[in-house]
Amino acid sequence: MSEQTKFDNKIVQWVDDRLPVFTILKHSAVDYPTPKNLNYWWNFGSLAGMMLVIMILTGIFLAMNYAANTGIAFNSVERIMRDVNGGWLLRYLHANGASFFFIAVYIHIFRGLYYGSYKAPRELLWWLGLAIYLTMMATAFMGYVLPWGQMSFWGATVITSLFSAFPVIGDHIVTWLWGGFTVDNPTLNRFFALHYLLPFVIIGLVMLHLVALHTVRSNNPLGIDIKGPQDTLPFHPYYTIKDLVGVGFFLIVYLAVVFYAPNFFGEPDNYMPANPMVTPSEIVPEWYFLPFYAILRSIPDKLGGVCCMFGAIIILFFLPWIDSSKVRSAKFRPIYKQVFWIFLADCFLLGYCGAHKPEGNVVLLGQLGTAAYFAFFPLLWIIGKVEKPRPLPQSIAQPVLKPMEKI
Amino acid sequence: MADSSPPASDPSDGATRRDFLVYAASGLGAVGVATAVWPFINSMNPAADTLALSTTEVDISPVQVGQAITVTWRGKPIFVRHRTAEEIKAAEDVNIKELRDPQTDAQRVKKPEWLIMVGICTHLGCIPLGQKPSDPKGEFGGWFCPCHGSQYDTSGRIRKGPAPLNLLVPQYTFLSDTSVRIG
Repeated sequence: MSEQTKFDNKIVQWVDDRLPVFTILKHSAVDYPTPKNLNYWWNFGSLAGMMLVIMILTGIFLAMNYAANTGIAFNSVERIMRDVNGGWLLRYLHANGASFFFIAVYIHIFRGLYYGSYKAPRELLWWLGLAIYLTMMATAFMGYVLPWGQMSFWGATVITSLFSAFPVIGDHIVTWLWGGFTVDNPTLNRFFALHYLLPFVIIGLVMLHLVALHTVRSNNPLGIDIKGPQDTLPFHPYYTIKDLVGVGFFLIVYLAVVFYAPNFFGEPDNYMPANPMVTPSEIVPEWYFLPFYAILRSIPDKLGGVCCMFGAIIILFFLPWIDSSKVRSAKFRPIYKQVFWIFLADCFLLGYCGAHKPEGNVVLLGQLGTAAYFAFFPLLWIIGKVEKPRPLPQSIAQPVLKPMEKI
Repeated sequence: MADSSPPASDPSDGATRRDFLVYAASGLGAVGVATAVWPFINSMNPAADTLALSTTEVDISPVQVGQAITVTWRGKPIFVRHRTAEEIKAAEDVNIKELRDPQTDAQRVKKPEWLIMVGICTHLGCIPLGQKPSDPKGEFGGWFCPCHGSQYDTSGRIRKGPAPLNLLVPQYTFLSDTSVRIG
């Protein structure tokens, strides 16, 4: 098999004949034919990958100084901040890293929505991405509990209590999740164990995501299929370099927050040790959960709210079949293009509602936002039926090679 | 292997002895896996020492009429309220047909002046306000949950907001006029 790939280095060749790691690497990271028209929105997949690596590295070193016991967890985090060499840096990199990981992933998801990257043949690629997203949410939620501050404790209480909405088995599930009758030491211990485990599950899912990607090939801003070698460039050096440019800009913003506004995304209440007898005046989840929190609060029924909140994510799995349009890229879909931006604005609106007390207009806005969120999906089906897409180019290379004949 | 050729089969319905063996063996294997998984899942249920912290005794003699105290039972806050005559009357006068979780006041107390409940909102587990004189008590003079705005009356019954159930009444017994054992 490996006769096809010859490496100049004898040792590399010797290893590759026995374990084809270099062949795989060359195939998937060097020669991988990538559409030549990818724009900078395509950087966020690799940026999310970089954030995963940063999170795992900082997390492992934090775990060396963290103690998952309700008696000392809070103080062990303060010790990391004050006494451990560079501990403040590790912790701020990790805490803000979660936010920037989500920023990268959200941009990545919305890029997929805009350019129709979820459509055939990329349905499983989309599903694996959503599985990564769900696992990230579970990991982030459990990680937020570990410092054992007020928001850690009450966030954990509210989120785990969501499961009590289910009839009959709900309370048993919650007791099982807690390992007791409240969020307590058993809960903290298991959350730490799972918080350490799940990132490695994410690595596995990312591998599958990449295998699926390299099978169906990357989508591109035109949303049309690769027709031949004239449409592609080798991944290295063209896209390794382009990705690195993105890495530079992304790190500037990320590190600016780490060094100059490290508590920008944080809640002051979480610098108070957990107190099971006092609920903070307002419980606010981390920003990346706010739209879903707003949906939860908009439904005036407990089970209904929980179902809508989970449904808001589950429905994304059906997107490849809900969208009835054959055209992928919003560039050629005049109506969808507008609706996409309205949907994005609606997600921001829901985020705003999730961050504010559910009083007065916020309740109404939240309910309108929730209705708009769920209206997006049937609308997507209808638009695909009635919209008249603009003509697609013949190939990725055509508009560049023959610009005069364009359309 | 020598015996890898298909065994004699009954061509009429397509089912063979081997099919039966495959299904029976996989079925038994699945049962075996489920049995092996159960101890792991069950290990996450409350441990014996957690279950052992099951009773709390409370001295209620210092609690004056109109006052309330919060004690801990199984790590949960327990509200003990010494209700005033007006509060009792308000609780008893409610038409229970209007309630989301219909219960008479008499079903929720052993002695009308002492209301004892788990102080955890039945919505998503926050602790309602209303124990301190300065706390907001909601429109019904009972408790108000700051998280999502549930309001409870002077019998701890849900009257408004997203919570589905009344505040839970734990098992308790009066050991004497001034002492209660919860659990």
